[in-house]
Amino acid sequence: MAGSDIAATGGRTASAPAAAGEPRRRLSGGPFWLVVPALLLLVAVLGLPLAMIVMRSFAEPRWGLQNYFWFFGTPVNLIVLQRTFVISAWVAVVCLVCGYPYAYVMTAVGPKLRLALILCVLVPFWVSGVVRTLAWVILLQDSGVINSVLRGLGLGSVRLIRTQTGVVIGMAQVLLPFMILPLYSVMKTIDLRLVQAARSLGASPARAFLQVYLPLSLPGVYAGAIIVFILALGFYITPALLGGPRSTMLSTLIQNQVLSLLNWGRGGAMGVVLLIATFVLLAIAAPLMRQPHRQGERR
Amino acid sequence: MAPSGTRGAAIDIRAVSKRYGNFAALDNVSLHIEPGEFMTLLGPSGSGKTTTLNVIAGFTEVSSGALEVGGRSVVGVPAHKRNIGVVFQHYALFPHMTVARNVAYPLGLRGISGAERERRVNKALDMVKMVDFGHRYPSELSGGQQQRVALARATVFDPPLLLMDEPLGALDKKLREWLQLEIKRIHRELGTTFVYVTHDQEEALVLSDRIAVFNQGRIEQIGTGRELYDEPATLFVGKFIGDSTILRGPAATSGGETALDIGGQKVATAGRLANGGTPVMLLRPEKLALARPGATAENGRNRLSGRVGEAIYLGSGSKYEVVLADGSKAIVRSGLDAESFAIGEEVDLLFSGGDAKLLADDATADLTLT
Amino acid sequence: MKLPSRILLGLFCLLVAVWLVAPTFVVVPMSFNEKKSLAFPPDGFSWQWYHNFFTNTDWSSSFFSSLKVATVTALVATVLGTLAAFGLDRMKSRASGVLRALLITPMVVPGVVLAVGIYAVYLDTHLVGTMTGFVLAHTMLAIPFVIIAVSASLEVFDRRLEVAATSLGASRLTAFRTVTLPLIAPGMLSGLLFAFVTSFDEIIVALFITSPYLKTLPVQIYSSITRDADPTVAAVGTILFLVTSLVIGAGLIIGSRQGRR
Repeated sequence: MAGSDIAATGGRTASAPAAAGEPRRRLSGGPFWLVVPALLLLVAVLGLPLAMIVMRSFAEPRWGLQNYFWFFGTPVNLIVLQRTFVISAWVAVVCLVCGYPYAYVMTAVGPKLRLALILCVLVPFWVSGVVRTLAWVILLQDSGVINSVLRGLGLGSVRLIRTQTGVVIGMAQVLLPFMILPLYSVMKTIDLRLVQAARSLGASPARAFLQVYLPLSLPGVYAGAIIVFILALGFYITPALLGGPRSTMLSTLIQNQVLSLLNWGRGGAMGVVLLIATFVLLAIAAPLMRQPHRQGERR
Repeated sequence: MAPSGTRGAAIDIRAVSKRYGNFAALDNVSLHIEPGEFMTLLGPSGSGKTTTLNVIAGFTEVSSGALEVGGRSVVGVPAHKRNIGVVFQHYALFPHMTVARNVAYPLGLRGISGAERERRVNKALDMVKMVDFGHRYPSELSGGQQQRVALARATVFDPPLLLMDEPLGALDKKLREWLQLEIKRIHRELGTTFVYVTHDQEEALVLSDRIAVFNQGRIEQIGTGRELYDEPATLFVGKFIGDSTILRGPAATSGGETALDIGGQKVATAGRLANGGTPVMLLRPEKLALARPGATAENGRNRLSGRVGEAIYLGSGSKYEVVLADGSKAIVRSGLDAESFAIGEEVDLLFSGGDAKLLADDATADLTLT
Repeated sequence: MKLPSRILLGLFCLLVAVWLVAPTFVVVPMSFNEKKSLAFPPDGFSWQWYHNFFTNTDWSSSFFSSLKVATVTALVATVLGTLAAFGLDRMKSRASGVLRALLITPMVVPGVVLAVGIYAVYLDTHLVGTMTGFVLAHTMLAIPFVIIAVSASLEVFDRRLEVAATSLGASRLTAFRTVTLPLIAPGMLSGLLFAFVTSFDEIIVALFITSPYLKTLPVQIYSSITRDADPTVAAVGTILFLVTSLVIGAGLIIGSRQGRR
């Protein structure tokens, strides 16, 4: 109701200066006003803060590029930056390897089993993220479940908590739904008769998969991998709780600069680096995520 | 072009069943198809015709029975080793490949490359008149064009057998009729054995050498279009192929003659049902004639009185729906020079006993009609 | 060859499913621990951590703060997000693509970067530790989910239905109220739920803008975990899991009823 009120007012405002007989103008002017409230909020709580960070990275303690020189001139920072990328890449790979077969099975089973599988994907979403990380602390600690099982099997214990492996395991579990859902939404549009067609034309099951199914599922692979990778880059809570000093990621470093050292300039510069990395990746990946050849026929 | 009739494979299906739990999708089906023959599997949806096609293609394994293609058993042979072309109802063109790459795909899998591959792709596309579209993607083609590419792709590797699953089902009538002629021409040119699945009896009559009529997982009858029309073996076949009038009523058999009582009037025909069952009479529209009540008719003809319920002018003649005394409906087709009748007019329905086909009543024949 | 590969695939999926779900269930037994420890498996049985959650003011006040923030956030985000989704849907031009991408950016901006920026702005505008501050930040984070959910239902909504309603004598407003709104209500509802959960579960921004006077539940959980091994956290986790399961279960049942109709 409120929506159409605003639509009507917006329409009038936009078409008032134009001649009365121009319905097109009204259509293109009206909808924009519906977006304005959300945009204003975005500018205030996203645009302004980001601008602030960028500015402070150049302005504090005095104007110049010193914070960036510091960042790229300090080996520890570069190690952490590299580690952030490596851990994120591992998380994306683990999610892809686990998520691809899972999403495929979701498309192949009956509706009841599919609902169960979807619920398994969604359960992590509805348990508090912090609590979930706590669960991983419990599972991964030296006296935890995983190590008990390993010892029980006579395989000795593995150090997981406060290691990169532990961080990757925890992060991948948190991020797996973001891989499975885009994969599933692309896979369910793939016509399985195409695989049958390939088989009838002489392709073995493996070839039919590699040459027909896999290429058609690639948009989902790209979308899932890039979302997981980007979200992993900015991860903060899981590495902070599961990781140790040798698995610190960039977010922790930023938090440390700002809250502990009160160095807004350096923290800002690191933030800008992380931000740029994120958006460069997005810009590279965006074209890959589109489904280039829509299935279905034009008549 | 290869000489016709020499390159097709024979198919032998013997006592094949396919069960899903308690449900039999195919129930003891046997069918022999000659090399180079155009065989159509006709039936309503769920009758087992597509299952049969999937069994031949290797997409579905049989529960029991034998299946030979070209004299070689293919039971247990995976689909990609059967060397059978398949054209799918919704074309199943690979959306991420151009038309030319789609058609080249089976050649690549068979190790054919370079100039030979190009030559054969061009030849196949030429056969379906799509040479100029090689660089396009399937999404840029119309439905009819996609289907022609699918046909080229399924034949480019010279399979001795081509399976088609309602390939024209998604197209409009005009295009369908034109493509039917194209498919006939291609069948003649290739000499390949064609197995064609459809639920459209007209399409089956236009295309096929022989037709196998499916119903509830079984084959009701196999024969040429003429045989199925003139000599239906079952009521289901009679009703599924062409228009028909079914006369039902209390039956009396005496000597070599069977008589039915239709709302108090008797009609009779020579012969009796061999295997028992309730006899009914099936009549084709052109075997029925209409006359004004009381008009004299040839001797020995059956006469039923009724009323014209619907009169349709067809150009080449007229079609009447006549409501009989017992409430059932008869369909009559008359030529241009025949007398014409108005809706509501009382008429007499005339036919000779020899034109009535005596068949066993079958409740499923009414239920499964689409 | 076919069957073993299927079994392998099934087993693999089972493992992944366990991996997805298991951590949730680890928390449940921990919450009944008799000792103040997070060692697994727990010892004995007691309700004391649930008791602690309901009586300790640190826990209960943070819970109610979260509830308040999330409720207001969900309402504001649903209104703003639905309006925006409508605007984007009716624009259907290149501008709508750009605007949509812009409105969804909160999902990809690294949390800490955003939190630091918001913290800086809030310090200047005295919004740190205020309800307004939390609601503004959380609404911004939640709007993308509402837009995505509502846009999805608008995409399948046939706009000719509105035209049809108008042709039957409904005014544009009536058509919207009686035809459009009921049909996109499921999308709005799932947007509302997502917005609520987003706010209720948000921690990174909250960690920066929190104050001793206004602390949300995730912040309380986080500080409890980093401070000591207090099984009250597990009790909170179990309660949250139960409540959300009930809400989602009810939603599924209602959804399937509607679907059958």
